[in-house]
Amino acid sequence: MDYLQQLLGPAWLPIWTLAKIIIIVLPLLIAVAYLTYAERKIIGYMQVRIGPNRVGFFGYRLIGLGQPIADAVKLMTKEIVLPTGADKPLFLLAPVLAIGPALAAWAVVPFTEDWVLANIDASLLYIMAITSMGVYGVIVAGWASNSKYAFLGAMRSAAQIVSYEIAMGFALVGVLMAAQSLNMVDIVNAQRGGFWQWYWLPLFPLFLVYLISGVAETNRAPFDVAEGESEIVAGFHLDYSGMAFAVFFLAEYANMILVSALTSIMFLGGWLSPFPFLPDGFFWIAAKMSFVLFLFLWFRATFPRYRYDQIMRLGWKVFIPVTLIWILVIGGFMQTPLGYLFH
Amino acid sequence: MISAIKRFFNTFLLIDLLKGMAVTGRHLFARKITIQYPDERTPQSPRFRGLHAQRRYANGEERCIACKLCEAVCPAMAITIESAQRADGSRRTTRYDIDLTKCIFCGFCEEACPVDAIVETRIFEYHGERRVDLYYTKAMLLAVGDRHEAQIAADRAADAKYR
Repeated sequence: MDYLQQLLGPAWLPIWTLAKIIIIVLPLLIAVAYLTYAERKIIGYMQVRIGPNRVGFFGYRLIGLGQPIADAVKLMTKEIVLPTGADKPLFLLAPVLAIGPALAAWAVVPFTEDWVLANIDASLLYIMAITSMGVYGVIVAGWASNSKYAFLGAMRSAAQIVSYEIAMGFALVGVLMAAQSLNMVDIVNAQRGGFWQWYWLPLFPLFLVYLISGVAETNRAPFDVAEGESEIVAGFHLDYSGMAFAVFFLAEYANMILVSALTSIMFLGGWLSPFPFLPDGFFWIAAKMSFVLFLFLWFRATFPRYRYDQIMRLGWKVFIPVTLIWILVIGGFMQTPLGYLFH
Repeated sequence: MISAIKRFFNTFLLIDLLKGMAVTGRHLFARKITIQYPDERTPQSPRFRGLHAQRRYANGEERCIACKLCEAVCPAMAITIESAQRADGSRRTTRYDIDLTKCIFCGFCEEACPVDAIVETRIFEYHGERRVDLYYTKAMLLAVGDRHEAQIAADRAADAKYR
């Protein structure tokens, strides 16, 4: 590696950074592909069906493991239809706006103590800022499609994401009060010492709020009114087809994985092992992310879609007061000798 | 008061949601009921009502006597019959068509038939690439009957004691 560094000179840093980005993004995209497979399989099983099990490799069925690849090939070869009334530049820009933040947020996500692309001090703020950008993709898509269903979906999504962002932000305020840091590596390190030290226990209400807000934030069932296929057909991506649709799809699932990674880092101790005598490592964060993703799929298989006004009520009248009260409780306890409970 | 407290905790601890998730969680491990169609098939009754067939007697004589009861009873008016006297003096159909795009597979034609000439078989996986392919003429119906006579006869025999 030193040899390469000498050989490339000043070009080394951009190339090495690019390589690291690819090392993060490529597995992420593969994870997205197989998350769709896992979703269809798990929801199928919960509905007493089998799910995709035909497409395999080289003539072997392999319980349908070839399905995501076949889906990707299908979507790539399909035509991208541009509606006549659509605002073409915005229409094509919207998927980029959706996927951009979904991938950019991964820059600061630490997989282990050293495996992080950019270990910046304000990484929590960066995450909050970048994930808020994701809603523009949805809004722009709904606007540019020039279709009433797409527009309704975009409006719903905008209101919903903005509302739940607040509850989510407050939940993270609790985390940073406990960790005394905005740096995600520090946040994880502050949770050292076994699973009872992770923040899900002292910050349990915030953990629940964060998890549910995360579901709402990614427009997943039971908060998928932006798509609402039974009411507004497919919502914001109604007029998208082929690869443009696939990019939205990718963004949604990348966001799901992102939220699961953030939940693992903030509340489930990231790469720390649940018991002090076990070694820490990437395995643990992967296991925790898988668990949270499984919860996402489980929710989708279980709960019917919320009515729109119920979503608003839950966000504004339940989650925000709950988080505020718990922040108050943390703040109060920190002024007493019992403050160590929240550290 | 107590019920209000109970309700409060039920709401905030998401008890009802957890109950719902327990149901789906149990079903995750339940035995799957999917029949993987081309490899596995559901059992069929001898009374199965699929593709129609015209039968013949063992000596090769067609059973249909052109009584037109099936045409009369057919609720979808899918059957069209024309008859004429044959050289040997017996009345026979010159045309016996079933439009399978109209047919609702009710089995009334089969019930109405006094000589068991028109029957419905167990065949359900047939197709046509044009609409006209599903317009079955007398020759086609007789051909189906000839191909599957063994199965048709066995099914009639199995069901005989209930008729």
